[in-house]
Amino acid sequence: MIPRDSQGARWFDEEAGPIVRPYAVTKGRTLPDSSASFGLIDVVVATGEGPSGHFRPGPEHRRILSVCRRPTPIVDLTSEIDLPLGVVRVLLGDLTNEGMLRIVSAQRQPVPDQRLLRMVLDGLESL
Amino acid sequence: MDLNRYDGARHDSARHGSARHDNGPSAAPSTAKILIAGGFGVGKTTLVGSVSEIRPLRTEEPLSDRSVGIDDTQGLSAKTTTTVAMDFGRISFSSQLVLYLFGTPGQERFWFMWDDLSYGAIGAVVMADTRRVADCFASIDYFERNDIPFIVAVNCFEGAPRFEADDIRIALTLNPQVPVLLCDARDRESVKKVLIGLARYVMLSRSQPSAASRG
Repeated sequence: MIPRDSQGARWFDEEAGPIVRPYAVTKGRTLPDSSASFGLIDVVVATGEGPSGHFRPGPEHRRILSVCRRPTPIVDLTSEIDLPLGVVRVLLGDLTNEGMLRIVSAQRQPVPDQRLLRMVLDGLESL
Repeated sequence: MDLNRYDGARHDSARHGSARHDNGPSAAPSTAKILIAGGFGVGKTTLVGSVSEIRPLRTEEPLSDRSVGIDDTQGLSAKTTTTVAMDFGRISFSSQLVLYLFGTPGQERFWFMWDDLSYGAIGAVVMADTRRVADCFASIDYFERNDIPFIVAVNCFEGAPRFEADDIRIALTLNPQVPVLLCDARDRESVKKVLIGLARYVMLSRSQPSAASRG
């Protein structure tokens, strides 16, 4: 269906936003098919493994793998490839399921430890 | 984006631990985050921009936790996602440590984002404007309920009435140990002091669990 405004005019220039709805690239999935959780500041890296079985990486999967050749925090990845966070999480789930990507650093506790706090405090004081 | 300084990691030892900090030269960076909360227009983005490089983040979240089936996407008129465009700040202390500052979207309909943003956060800075003190009640409630340490930073707008920190503490019915700082969100040194104040307070309160957990 072509979006139309109240006068019935077609309305799908760039200002209308993306024509493909965000979850189309995930085939409608809104949650990752993976037990892994992807925190905003968790760090992921491509493993260099190829796809196995029937999995065919889409263009967005390949963009993620390209950025993640180096360990990359998920929030930076999301900003860089300009897809919504929820979409990125679904795609990351696909890639970790396939062994093409892994989480190298993750927050597994709701509260940061004293050592990280000390590092941040030292960093801020030397800014 | 300065990802070139990250060297390719070959380790996988962190999967079952908390964030790792024993980073050698070829490891992933340690990451930490601080939340910047407060009412609309209180200066959250200004504060973040004073000390860090600002980047955009798109979040387009499903309105329900239920997975939307492939068939459902045929009816594209159905509103199944809500869009939040937000900014975040990034301070790279070295290739080994990156601090993120997340401004929390203030409106209540975005509260689904807050749990995600606050998990694992060091703590929060609640920004207050003396002309609209009540605007930060919701943030304070949230952090108190979720046991997330926070400090209050009063953004001193020109022309706004000046108060002593203690007056603000009373107006917000804060616990006596919660620091209240006066700041100028446009000023880098002032914002640094706020962030340092938060980090020190959190270190203290986390090492004395009873101090900050009283709601």
